[in-house]
Amino acid sequence: MWTAPLALIGRNTLGLIRYASGLSELSAKTAYWTFIAPFKGRGLKGRSAVHQAVLVGYSAVPIVSVISFFIGMVLAFQGAYQLEKLGATYFVAALVGVSMTRELGPLITAVVVAGRSGSAFAAEIGTMKVSEEIDALEVMGLNSVKYLVVPKYVAMVVMMPCLTLLSDMAGIVGGAVFGAGQLDQSFSLYATATSEALVMKDISTGLVKSVVFGAVITTVGCYEGFSVRGGAEGVGKATTASVVVSIFSVIVADLLFTALFYYTS
Amino acid sequence: MPNENEEPMIRVDDLVTHFGERRILNHVSLDIYRGETLVILGGSGTGKSTLLRHLVRLETPTSGHIYIKGQDVCHMPEEQFNQYRRKMGMLFQSAALFNSMTIEENVSLPLRELTKLEEPTIRIMTRIKLDLVGLSGFEDFMPSQLSGGMKKRAGLARALAMDPEILLFDEPSAGLDPITAAGIDMLILRLKQAFRMTIVVVTHELPSAFLIADRMTVMQGGEIVAVGTPDEIRNNTDPRVQQFMNRVPDDENRDVQAYLRNLTE
Repeated sequence: MWTAPLALIGRNTLGLIRYASGLSELSAKTAYWTFIAPFKGRGLKGRSAVHQAVLVGYSAVPIVSVISFFIGMVLAFQGAYQLEKLGATYFVAALVGVSMTRELGPLITAVVVAGRSGSAFAAEIGTMKVSEEIDALEVMGLNSVKYLVVPKYVAMVVMMPCLTLLSDMAGIVGGAVFGAGQLDQSFSLYATATSEALVMKDISTGLVKSVVFGAVITTVGCYEGFSVRGGAEGVGKATTASVVVSIFSVIVADLLFTALFYYTS
Repeated sequence: MPNENEEPMIRVDDLVTHFGERRILNHVSLDIYRGETLVILGGSGTGKSTLLRHLVRLETPTSGHIYIKGQDVCHMPEEQFNQYRRKMGMLFQSAALFNSMTIEENVSLPLRELTKLEEPTIRIMTRIKLDLVGLSGFEDFMPSQLSGGMKKRAGLARALAMDPEILLFDEPSAGLDPITAAGIDMLILRLKQAFRMTIVVVTHELPSAFLIADRMTVMQGGEIVAVGTPDEIRNNTDPRVQQFMNRVPDDENRDVQAYLRNLTE
């Protein structure tokens, strides 16, 4: 039938709309329980948030630093390859500094955290859903968003900028190591070149983005967890989907915010 | 025995529910009186668990009402219904203990979160509930270290934590050996005598049902086919009730034409 392709487009569009509305509903609930409910005396799970902050933030320090260090080095290699032709290797530091703080620091952190923590959120909540633990919470009159999502959300929104700063720094150090080894620049010269190139806005826009990425990864991970159907296989699918969808959403958000910063500057 | 003039504790009024296109509950009406033990009998897929989940609002009906103590709970805000949930306890089929917490933490969770009791009081109350279900000494065990029967007992202790007026059981003997299942039945009988709670049990175990029930109801195909005392149900002449009581399998003789059409279509 000639209508089959139309039906397919329609079905997928509807599915997409349903997914997006589910995500926004969860975001709205999370925002309510994070920013409004505590001021109405409804409390916030502080200890749980600290526990989550250790899991998503502190434990991610080694992997984020090492990956960012290497990426900074790779950037310096690639930059030097082009800049050598112009005899402008002095600007390698600027290239690494600006790319790391504006773009790669937040992005690499988001990708690592989506893989480590976004998937863990989906698996944790999904498993609880399958074993009726979410139902048990609801039946006790405890709100599952407040108990399960908000601590993760608070932890992510606080830890993402911290990890991003760390990633920025590790990347710049990576570039400096290459600069010292290959371009015969001293560390102090490299540092001067970096600080000449960087402005505060480079760092701050990166940090703003990282907060948004943190919120996106938490929401997608938890939403995937809550929408698990049908046992262990469902948990596996949700875990995979959470990583794919959150990386995709992070990149879309990245594009939107970068465009916003570009046009408003 | 129920007093028919009394206002029912729970009144289910003309409840209809669909999962997608499929109709699960078909105009179900049922009164449950204060202090009685009502057993909902039926084969798997007859909608009995769905009916139970409606009573705590884990499902939303397509149409119809549920009244608890005369209040329509289907259409009140979540926050308001949580006040009712505090006086309801539910034992899930899989016990639904929080796997990341010890037994003590599981049982005390509703007390910690929903009351302002002092820590020593909470500890004593938790001990009392655990003792009631025969689990004293297991406070610091994790759910994964307990057997199926012990998990159910711990789940029951948690359901009892807030001293509920209404206690719901979803397949209390599912997945248990006959001896352990009989132990759970005795526990329900003891609770019934000691606390005069309103108890609703969903099961397909006939001996257990006849042991604990004050009244029972038989469900089939999303409809209630009979309500009455155990003796009335035993002597009910409805073929659907007799089929269930006498464990007669569904008729295997299918329409040959329909079968062939089904294969070739």
